[in-house]
Amino acid sequence: MFNRLTATLLASTMLTGAAWADTTVKAVMHSGLRVLDPIITTAHITRNHAYMIYDVLIAQDSDFQPQPQMADWTISDDQLTYTFTLRDGLTFHDEAPVTAADAVASLKRWAQKDAGGQVIMDRTASLEATDDKTITWTLTEPFVPMLDVLSKQSAIPPFIMPARIAETSADEAITEYVGSGPFRFVEDEFQPGLMVVYEKFDEYVPREEPVDWMAGGKVVNIDRVEWVNMPDVQTAVNALSGGEIDYIEAMQVDLIPLLEGDPNIVVEKREPTGMQTMVRMNFLHPPFDNQQVRQAALKAIQQEPVLAAMVGNPEYYQVCGAILGCGTPLEDTTGADTLTQGSGAEAARAQLEEAGYDGTPVVLMAPTDMVALATQPVVVSQMLREAGFEVELQPMDWQTLVTRRASQAAPAEGGWNVFITNWMVPEISNPISNPMLNGRGDDAWFGWPTDETIESLKEGFIDAPGAEGQVEVAQKIQAHALDNGLLIPLGQYTLPQARRTTITDMIDSPVPVFWGMQKTQ
Amino acid sequence: MLGYILRRCLAVIPVMLLVAVFVFLLLRLTPGDPAAIIAGDMATPAQLERIREAMGLNQPLHIQFVTWVGRLLQGDLGVSLISNTPVSAMIADRVGPTFSIAILTIIISVVLAVPMGVLAAWKHRSGADYAVMTFSVLGFSVPVFVVGYLFILVFSLQLGWFPVQGYTPLAQGLGAFLSNAILPALTLSTIYVALIARMTRANMLEVLGEDYIRTARAKGAPERTVLFRHALRNAAVPILTVIGTGFALLIGGVVVTETVFNIPGIGRLTVDAILARDYPVIQAMILLTSFLYVLVNLLIDLSYSLFDPRIRY
Repeated sequence: MFNRLTATLLASTMLTGAAWADTTVKAVMHSGLRVLDPIITTAHITRNHAYMIYDVLIAQDSDFQPQPQMADWTISDDQLTYTFTLRDGLTFHDEAPVTAADAVASLKRWAQKDAGGQVIMDRTASLEATDDKTITWTLTEPFVPMLDVLSKQSAIPPFIMPARIAETSADEAITEYVGSGPFRFVEDEFQPGLMVVYEKFDEYVPREEPVDWMAGGKVVNIDRVEWVNMPDVQTAVNALSGGEIDYIEAMQVDLIPLLEGDPNIVVEKREPTGMQTMVRMNFLHPPFDNQQVRQAALKAIQQEPVLAAMVGNPEYYQVCGAILGCGTPLEDTTGADTLTQGSGAEAARAQLEEAGYDGTPVVLMAPTDMVALATQPVVVSQMLREAGFEVELQPMDWQTLVTRRASQAAPAEGGWNVFITNWMVPEISNPISNPMLNGRGDDAWFGWPTDETIESLKEGFIDAPGAEGQVEVAQKIQAHALDNGLLIPLGQYTLPQARRTTITDMIDSPVPVFWGMQKTQ
Repeated sequence: MLGYILRRCLAVIPVMLLVAVFVFLLLRLTPGDPAAIIAGDMATPAQLERIREAMGLNQPLHIQFVTWVGRLLQGDLGVSLISNTPVSAMIADRVGPTFSIAILTIIISVVLAVPMGVLAAWKHRSGADYAVMTFSVLGFSVPVFVVGYLFILVFSLQLGWFPVQGYTPLAQGLGAFLSNAILPALTLSTIYVALIARMTRANMLEVLGEDYIRTARAKGAPERTVLFRHALRNAAVPILTVIGTGFALLIGGVVVTETVFNIPGIGRLTVDAILARDYPVIQAMILLTSFLYVLVNLLIDLSYSLFDPRIRY
């Protein structure tokens, strides 16, 4: 009886499996997809979704260089007019051709939300479709990082959608999901937070150049991709071992031993730059309204213990004092010696005394429900205490932190002094779009520094002639940002990915992509 | 009986109204901002404000409440703030997995636990009794997620009998449904088998000491008749109460099992909604759960008369 039941169960399982085994890739991504509008949110999972179904005008290669994707470009001699020409064969998933008018509407909506886009629009004289294939963008003054901003892969890349959809208010989510990317979104099978299904878009014409990061030909070799959300990574690991899924985008380092030794599974680092974790202080209230106290905090903190507690395995983290990220074209570590080498505790104590710190408790918000942010506050609070700070570590859930960090009230009245956050390195690798380098007071990111010097340096970066000039300004930005305590970088880390060996030819890129990939039996 | 049912149904209205007011206010007083979830980390305070405005979250509380209740009375549970999906559709997608796992759990629990409890009472202070009580203590003590992972390790990864995770609707065949549902149901059953077995044992012990049991035995009734017709039937009322409330608890409390086995049920829907402060979904789920509790209690009350003819409504 039991054998019969087992046989029935196995047969039904095999039948279910046979339906998708050939060309369906089942992936567990880092979180469930809930918001489908890639312009209204900076959530990485929505960005990843957008790369599946939308395309971009230009994209970055592994040298962070802009390359043509949907369009080639020319720049006028006076550096004021950028002309983008759409390539042939671009079609939306509803079979309508992609036109320059679609691109213009999409760029205008994107520029309302993206920090880099806003800077460009401040310098824009006109942005228009001069014919079906040509987009002409005229500036009022030269903007050297123009193509860098347009080709960035995070946080909000300028995805191109039909004009009728792109005309939706930038503060309201779109309700129609039609792109021209290599995969088509299967709306009927979408279950928010649970499962997303994509099918290969047969009409997509990839570029001929070889794929390189986000640039090059997006050749799709699989028919269907299913993103299955599993909130428990242990379950995902079990499912990968059991052959029920093909790929895990991110898993905790301490789960690696469960997969090591399995010849059918590869655990690897695929994201080249990873994430940067960092301390953000509140400039509005004591004690961190005092630059000397912020400098003391910088000296008190050492990266290695934070990263060791957070990640554990040195193979997956990197001590890095560069506020624009290590492994990026603008990497510089000026002023970060104590962070990366330690030995700053005594100097921190001395500086704290000199600053006249009166023992005002520092409220450090510690989210306990975010694995990627739960450890750092504990280690950082201990380092601050050892330097003489009175630290009040306040555990809370992430949503409470998100609400509270928006409060400008004094810490004793529901405000805060410090919290820790993480950014993808490509998101912070450019001073124009790095939110921690916004010095516009109330209009700045949470912490609200008023810093005219950083704003002036950023203007200098925009106007810097060529890459060498930009590197020079970036060094000044690095030195100033640490001196003024705009942030305290805690280092970089990468979470391992895991795949079954049946998945091959995955592309190294900062965003997990499913073109290029092959699946064998 | 009909009058009793009507009275109980009418009593549901003020209960649900109280729950609605309480849930609405509690959520609004809890820190959290759905706009921040939607906009992500890079959003500036001004951008968040515009999104809140567009979502209607800046309206006065009483306006928001009246709008919500007004829609609710028309059967409209609203739209998820995060995914823009109708809440009724989200719940409809998720109810099936949770209910089917809960029903399977209760079936397994009753089938195993009632005979175990009867056996333990019948063979009081014997090896069988101690074995049942030992299992019962273990069932209460070992956390559900540990049992789940152990079952996955043994039955899925080592023996390969069942899939590690996922859910297949019953409509796709009993075999496919059971292959996915059996491990989560067995996992959940451990605690309910323990609970129902203990309850059955305790009540059976009490009933087996009654005069009418001795009379039945004196009249020469077979032991099986004594146990199941005379004793178990008289011990059934408290056991039914435990089973009923157990079912209601299962509906509201399967989130850990749903997470471990990746079952797309209402437990995960509720937790995800709470983490994202997705107010319409949380409100709908708490109302639904409250309604289920009331309904299950009513059904338990009505079922008493089936087992004990002395109870009349």
